[in-house]
Amino acid sequence: MKRKHITRVAALALAGLMTSMALVGCGGSSSSSSPKADKTKDGNASKGKVYYLNFKPEADGAWQNLAKKYTEETGIEVNVETAAEGTYEETLTAAMDKSEAPTLFQVNGPVGLANWKDYCYDLKDSDIYSQLTSKDYALSEGDAVYGISYVIESYGIIYNKTILQKYFDSDFSTVKKIEDVNSFDALKTVADEIQANAAALGVKGAFTSAGMDSTSDWRFKTHLANLPIYFEYKEDGISSTDAIKGTYLDNYKKIFDLYVADSTCAGTDLANKNMTDAETEFSKGEAVFFQNGSWEYTPLTTAGLTDADLGMLPIYVGAGDEANQGLCTGSENFWCVNKNANKDDIAATLNFLNWCVTSEAGTTALAEDMGFVIPFKNAKEATNVFVKADAEYTANGKTPVSWNFTTMPSETWKNGVGTALTQYAAGTGSWDDVVTAFVDGWKTEYAAANAE
Amino acid sequence: MFRKPKRKLYSLIFVLPTFAAFIIGFIYPFISGVYLSFCKFKTTSDAKFVGLDNYVKAFHDEGFLRSFWFTALFVVVSVILINLIAFFVAYALTLGIRGSNIFRTVFFMPNLIGGIILGYIWQLIFNGILQNYGTNLALDARFGFWGLIILMCWQQAGYMMIIYIAGFQSVPADLYEAARIDGADKKQVLTNVTIPMMMPSITICSFLTLTNSFKLFDQNLALTGGAPGVVSDSGSMIYQTQMMALNIYNTFYANQNSRGVGQSKAVIFFVIVVVIALAQLYLTRKKEVQQ
Repeated sequence: MKRKHITRVAALALAGLMTSMALVGCGGSSSSSSPKADKTKDGNASKGKVYYLNFKPEADGAWQNLAKKYTEETGIEVNVETAAEGTYEETLTAAMDKSEAPTLFQVNGPVGLANWKDYCYDLKDSDIYSQLTSKDYALSEGDAVYGISYVIESYGIIYNKTILQKYFDSDFSTVKKIEDVNSFDALKTVADEIQANAAALGVKGAFTSAGMDSTSDWRFKTHLANLPIYFEYKEDGISSTDAIKGTYLDNYKKIFDLYVADSTCAGTDLANKNMTDAETEFSKGEAVFFQNGSWEYTPLTTAGLTDADLGMLPIYVGAGDEANQGLCTGSENFWCVNKNANKDDIAATLNFLNWCVTSEAGTTALAEDMGFVIPFKNAKEATNVFVKADAEYTANGKTPVSWNFTTMPSETWKNGVGTALTQYAAGTGSWDDVVTAFVDGWKTEYAAANAE
Repeated sequence: MFRKPKRKLYSLIFVLPTFAAFIIGFIYPFISGVYLSFCKFKTTSDAKFVGLDNYVKAFHDEGFLRSFWFTALFVVVSVILINLIAFFVAYALTLGIRGSNIFRTVFFMPNLIGGIILGYIWQLIFNGILQNYGTNLALDARFGFWGLIILMCWQQAGYMMIIYIAGFQSVPADLYEAARIDGADKKQVLTNVTIPMMMPSITICSFLTLTNSFKLFDQNLALTGGAPGVVSDSGSMIYQTQMMALNIYNTFYANQNSRGVGQSKAVIFFVIVVVIALAQLYLTRKKEVQQ
């Protein structure tokens, strides 16, 4: 009886296996006859393979699925590898030395491109370039197009709508509606009043802890530092520089001081506060403001906040035309195709990229599984409230602050500014050190990185 | 007549796999590493020879010089402390007290934990204490220095202890007996019998602690990451608790021109470690006695 049962199960399993094999066989044969195998001028895409070195660990699973789907559809092998958080440059350096190097990789902007330009295929005639909604989203030099942005992100000051409403409704508030929080002075008034009445509002502080641990310090040494750079570039009419003047560093100080003063913890504790601390404080409703970006939507909603709780304000620093300032919107993720790969692989990679941003499966995966806003014509509408907020600001005629931190001379520079900021926040360092690290450090690092 | 050469030939064949592995795994990377220190490169396959340029830059790097002195100070303190602690713990555990096997295991255990994890655990402990005084590991280099020393003692003393225990147990009992008959007191036995007989263990332990402390990387990265820093006139940050290995690592990934500089620092580092380790081996070997 028992034996018979086992035989039956085995037979069933075998039958299942054979059916699935037959199906796979079917899929394979149909794809080889499909018109996908178009010959581009240089290589035969159907003979090539794609090897993608992915930067975003949080999107690894989604990329693996998308790659599998593409292989099922076209029979072309797509191998996705993901570098561990914060080790992309190291992983890419090692991978580029292999005989089978990645055919598709990414750089984070002009400075990253300077590192890898010799490896970048010129994308100006590619299909994916023509799919871009604006040519501004490409990384080009002269006529050549070396990188194509695949995700547009925004950052600003995320606020908890529910608690902020409580503040607006209370009798100690001088600012009564969100539309009036439209300048640094207004923001400071709101933050100071929340801080002074923290107990009444049931919060620990106005801002979440400005953690200077390495998981969180990029919010200040990179993203916040973008603002003084942006305003200086704008004033001088330039898009990058070998020596920053630091015209707007006082504004940088003003906003950073506000983060430290109206915070959930003391300045001396910031050195080892991390991202999780800030996220937890915000999602538990212990703080009202949290400087971060659209990528934070998933963690915050997973932690229990709803769309109705979340909004994003521009980072006001008291410079420029504040009434018309929008969120900081841009990209630091640019796809590059490896020039040194063989022609078939390059052709296959270009086809794969085009498929990702034009096909139903590709755009759905990018928008829904990865939560990306992609700058391509066939993009799906995003569900992310911060992205919607950005669209709203733009529709209301506000000018987005562009991402100029991609022109920062090097990681060493960012780390130097970060260390100086940490010590300044704790009171063991002076603001002058931050200025020296910012201005003189820029010049030194730029020269070191660009010397022949 | 034929036997001898044939045997030699065989032995050569048997040595070949290991020899090949040695070439691939050690000789080749070493030589190409030294070569790369004279090159400007992004990936190792596109190196461009630039002569001594990298070495000049390395010697002019304030942060590198600072890391050398910090490392040197750390090595001196940690070698002395680790060996003293390990020696006396081993001494105590060979006196025959009850449960000494359990103690040995307990003291040895920290060795089995990886450096990065240890670094983070101790960071939590130290910061938890320092928080009460309104400060932090990342804010004062003295805390970072002593934190590293405590961490290394805690981790390494157990391992050295095992070697010292073996040393204690290898001292022949008749020597002690003879010393006692001659009327030597405890202190005399220790300095005139035990320590001279233990010189091989002391050699190996001081060699291991010296090289381990010199090459320390993961604990340094996880515990302080080099912080705090002092801004130099040129605007570069000079990290106060950065050891040489961490400085080299950071240099290597600093920008597209810095790989060769990092590589040349690594070669300088190698030479320093070899010279110091050989000098130490020579000095302690001289003190070893034949049984």
